Amino acid sequence: MNPALTVHRLQFAFTVTFHYVFAQLTMGLALFLVVLKTLALRTGDERYDRAARFWSRLFGISFALGVVTGIPMEFQFGTNWAEFSRRVGGVIGQPLAMEGVFSFFLESSFLGLVLFGEKRLGRLGHWAATVALWLGSWLSGFFIVATNAWMQHPQGYTVGSAGEYGLVSLRGLLLNPWLGWQYAHNMLGATMTGALLLCSVGAFYLLADRHQDCGRLFVRLGTVIGLIAGLLLIYPTGDGQSKMVARYQPATFAAMEGVFQTQSGAPIVIIGQPDVEKRRLDNPLAVPRMLSFLTYHRWAAVVRGLDQIPPAEWPDQIPLVYYSYHIMVGLGTIFLAVLVASALLLWRGRLYTNRPMLWVLMLLLPFPFIANTAGWITAESGRQPWLAHALVRTAEGASPQISSGNAWFTLLGFLGMYALLSILFLFLAWRQIERGPVAAS
Amino acid sequence: MGTVWFCLIAFMLTVYVVLDGFDIGAGIAHLAVARTAEERRKVLRSIGPVWDANEVWLIAAGGTLYMAFPGLYASSFSGFYLPLIMVLWLLILRGISVEFRSSFAHPVWMAFWDGVFALSSVLLAVFFGVALGNVVRGVALDPAQRFFEPLWTNFRPEVPTGILDWYTALVGLLALVALAIHGCAWIALRTDGETAGRAVHLLRRLWWGGVVLTAVVTWFSWDLQPQIMHNLSTHPWGWVLPALAVGGLVLTRRWSGRRPLATFLASAAYLAGMLASAAFGLYPYVLPARSDPSLSLSIENTRAPVASLRLAFAWWAVGMALVFLYFWLLYRRMAGGAGENESHGY
Repeated sequence: MNPALTVHRLQFAFTVTFHYVFAQLTMGLALFLVVLKTLALRTGDERYDRAARFWSRLFGISFALGVVTGIPMEFQFGTNWAEFSRRVGGVIGQPLAMEGVFSFFLESSFLGLVLFGEKRLGRLGHWAATVALWLGSWLSGFFIVATNAWMQHPQGYTVGSAGEYGLVSLRGLLLNPWLGWQYAHNMLGATMTGALLLCSVGAFYLLADRHQDCGRLFVRLGTVIGLIAGLLLIYPTGDGQSKMVARYQPATFAAMEGVFQTQSGAPIVIIGQPDVEKRRLDNPLAVPRMLSFLTYHRWAAVVRGLDQIPPAEWPDQIPLVYYSYHIMVGLGTIFLAVLVASALLLWRGRLYTNRPMLWVLMLLLPFPFIANTAGWITAESGRQPWLAHALVRTAEGASPQISSGNAWFTLLGFLGMYALLSILFLFLAWRQIERGPVAAS
Repeated sequence: MGTVWFCLIAFMLTVYVVLDGFDIGAGIAHLAVARTAEERRKVLRSIGPVWDANEVWLIAAGGTLYMAFPGLYASSFSGFYLPLIMVLWLLILRGISVEFRSSFAHPVWMAFWDGVFALSSVLLAVFFGVALGNVVRGVALDPAQRFFEPLWTNFRPEVPTGILDWYTALVGLLALVALAIHGCAWIALRTDGETAGRAVHLLRRLWWGGVVLTAVVTWFSWDLQPQIMHNLSTHPWGWVLPALAVGGLVLTRRWSGRRPLATFLASAAYLAGMLASAAFGLYPYVLPARSDPSLSLSIENTRAPVASLRLAFAWWAVGMALVFLYFWLLYRRMAGGAGENESHGY
């Protein structure tokens, strides 16, 4: 057993979680930039341009953080997970290289044009640059999810003489059945973050009685697009994704739902605390037979529990898988409820003056980030004890020659560096929100 | 197929050094050549819209290296663990200093980020040089293709090797001077008046250091790494590459102050010639073993299966064609740097 294994895992988990705060923000905002620029182009209303300029400033700050925290992710495959890379680099290196070649160049080239070229490019040119930026950021998400989908459900590969894997089928990589649901679900999650950020900032302006015109626009756009995303997150994407897990990763599915004993007509647990030592759920609140029905469309269907799976194949942190999954689903449900209420008020023409609703929308801001993070923790800790499902175990993947002291040194460095980045980001983002969508001085 | 990818990755890394090299070089030189707030803003405006796209060459080259030579990626990244993580921290600091500086127009805030930008640029140039020095010198590989380099041992290029010894430190110094020259050439090209004048002046002074260090480093590289001379004698056409470097270096000086674009291109030719010479000199090794040459990492013992390499070539060629299109658009549209009256100003 590699003595530094836990530190390697902590460092990757920490750096990728921090990175994804900014990645989801830029992917979500990129979509709203396209929406705003399209509205501006079609209506010629100056307000949409002003709004797009405001969000592009916040986009610029979060994009910079997304880039600088993203580079460590690629490096760490080699530095901390050398044995994993040695074995599967021939496969997952391909989507990672594609991300660099197809999306990062697109994104970074057009970001400069979006931020600095509005006057020079003209209206149509600037709109096209914004679309290219959105395309780049969503393509980047696609290649990363393709990498992850391969690790969750490997296919299209060959095994070499030294046990190394190579890619033989691009179709296998890019048309992986796991990938479609996971990508759609993930991008809708990022859209939800963007939508709730718009709602929150818009509600803040309305409550503070500043920038009323843009505040209304943000709340309206955020509510409408957030509601659509919220519905699609649950059905069909969330549903499709969980059926995929039930089919290909039964141990993960049992851990997510807290199913210790195999049973027919399994209930779905809303609340309850898993006790792995005693192999039971404490004080569960459950809907009878619902899990069997949702998963297999039969009330009496048998759901495999952890008791039928050897403990060596269980995720090593079952409570983490269970809680993060329940936090994600719980928050997603709450978002949908709030957005339905907000949409009703919008339809009745009372949203902009309904202060309780505006307070709720404003305070919702941290939660989409938590929900997206919880979703990824479910996927990543749910895949354990594997790095590439049923091919490479996590314990085999870490770099053997890195001492735990060196791993701690770099983990502490990242903790300090990212604490600093968080403070700087909040300071600069707050300055932009405080300044608001005003005409450029 | 392995050799094809060796050349393609060497090409991507060279483009990275030539492109990101000028904005790193501008970071090294800007405190010296741009004195007032207005002058500094001009320098930053010239790199603001492009530095990020330039840096993507490093990420794309890294991804391509991972895909084509997973064995090399695994061995070298874990073996150079400490300096690589430090490079990451420097890239983070450098990236945010360019972007954050302009987000808050306060003189102390801007001066602080100017300092961070300069310091991280200097250290990155040195680290990249030291890294190249380590690859040329070789490391203490074991039969399982593993090694771990401490930051330093006894500062001699022998086993037990360390990241820093007198040879790699010299290469680091050369990288610092070479990129500073390259940055001066860029500033001279993209600014005017006193800033450009100071950049030319600094370039000419640094040039002598560049000449001496190039000669010394070349001499010791040939001495430490016999593969270089072996390749040059079996494939004499390879002399074109060092000749390109020497020609570029001479012309950088000759054209400076009169023909800014030609000076910049000559400096780019120097960098490209030096890197291509190193790649040519190491072939077919990708990371030589210092102790026992038979343990060296080569194209053959680190590459991905040939089927994967073939598959990747098809999409890579399409992707690169697109990349050239983007860069043409970006540099054409941003010929004068970031606009004066845009909502985002540097």
